[in-house]
Parts: sequence; C-alpha cells; structure tokens
Amino acid sequence: MKPRAHRNHAHYWAFVLHRVSGLLLALFIPVHFYVLGMAIESATRLDGFLSWTNTPLVKLAETMLVVLLAAHLTGGLRLMALEFFGTRESSKTAVAIGTGIALVVGLTFLLNVR
Amino acid sequence: MPSAGIETKLWVWQRASAAVLGLCVIVHLILIIIAVQGGLSAGEIISRVSGNVAWLMFYSVFVIAVAVHAPIGVRTILNEMTGLKTSQTYLVMAVLCLVILSMGFRTVIGLYNAGGV
Repeated sequence: MKPRAHRNHAHYWAFVLHRVSGLLLALFIPVHFYVLGMAIESATRLDGFLSWTNTPLVKLAETMLVVLLAAHLTGGLRLMALEFFGTRESSKTAVAIGTGIALVVGLTFLLNVR
Repeated sequence: MPSAGIETKLWVWQRASAAVLGLCVIVHLILIIIAVQGGLSAGEIISRVSGNVAWLMFYSVFVIAVAVHAPIGVRTILNEMTGLKTSQTYLVMAVLCLVILSMGFRTVIGLYNAGGV
C-alpha cells in the first residue's frame, strides 16, 4: 500500500472539506458579527463597507463562503446519517450529492447577488 | 489526555447543536439568497429585521447553536492536529464560545432594537 493511498478516496476528501470549511467558518463568524454590528453603530459606515464589497473579487469570496457553509451543512448531514443510521453503502454517493448541492447553492447565490 | 467522559459529552453537544444548525443553516441560506436580490444596505437590513420577533427568536437560537458547535469543532482540530495541551484546547474552546455569544447577541439584539423599536 502506498503511504498516501488512503487519501485517494472520496471519504478522505469529504473529511478534509468538512474540517477546512468548519475552521474557515469559525474564523469568519466573528468577522460577520463585526460587519453587521456596523449597522447598529453607524449606517453610513456599513454602507461604506458594503460599497467596498461591490467588486467581482469580493463577490467571488462571498460565493466561496456560501459554498463552504452549504458544503459544511451537507457534509455534516452525511456524517450524522453515517453515525446514526449507518448508511455506509451509499455514502460515496452522498459525498457527490452533498458537494453538488453546495455548488448549486453557491451558483444560486452568485446569480442573485447584486 | 482528555477524559473519555468529557469527550463523550462534547460529542453529544456537537451532534445536538449540529441537528439544530442543520435547520438554521437551510433557513439562513434561503434568507441570504432572498436578501441579496435587491442589494444590501444598512437601511434595508434594519427595515427587514428591526422589531421582527420571529427574526430575533430564530437568530438567537442560531447564535446559541453556533456558540456550542463551532468551539467544540475547533477544539477537536486543535486536539488532533496541534501539540497544544488539553487544558489549552479547552481554553481556546471557552474563549471562542464567549466571543461568539457576546458578539452574536450584541448584533442580534442591536439589530432588533435598531430603528427606534
């Protein structure tokens, strides 16, 4: 067995995606609250920040965050289904469906954001 | 080495909060996509959420569930992937929980009360 053969598997990459998305979301949450908090202190300040976000690069970053949130959701649902219902047989399909749903949610956001 | 009893309790809290978050995140994603359609502004956000009791209740539950779920997840990563002592991982978990609770409720209550409600 090659040393890294265990990584060449959908479940390994699903584990990596769940962990990385979870960590990035945990880091993002305080930033999200800070930005929303601007609306309480000064509407002008939040509007200034929102106009700064009105660039393709920031929209892409926002879309990535939405994809990460949706991927963490579907990954978590898959994990709990595996733990509580033992749906191992179809788990590889669940990884594909979950990733697909996350990308669709991201695309829906991108098509709707202004 | 973390005690098995504490690890089990954290596992239960992690899964219980995940079940709540499963619903919250679905609703949140739908609300995000609806909210961004007209473009976001401070006035639009405040007019949508200020004085809205359903919004206040929903996001209060969301903040509590996140404040339970995220710190436990971060602690698991620190425990498995860094050389931090167990006590240090618990400290990071507790600090992150307090940060999310305080910043989250400041934002949720502040937005609910914004606009002179």
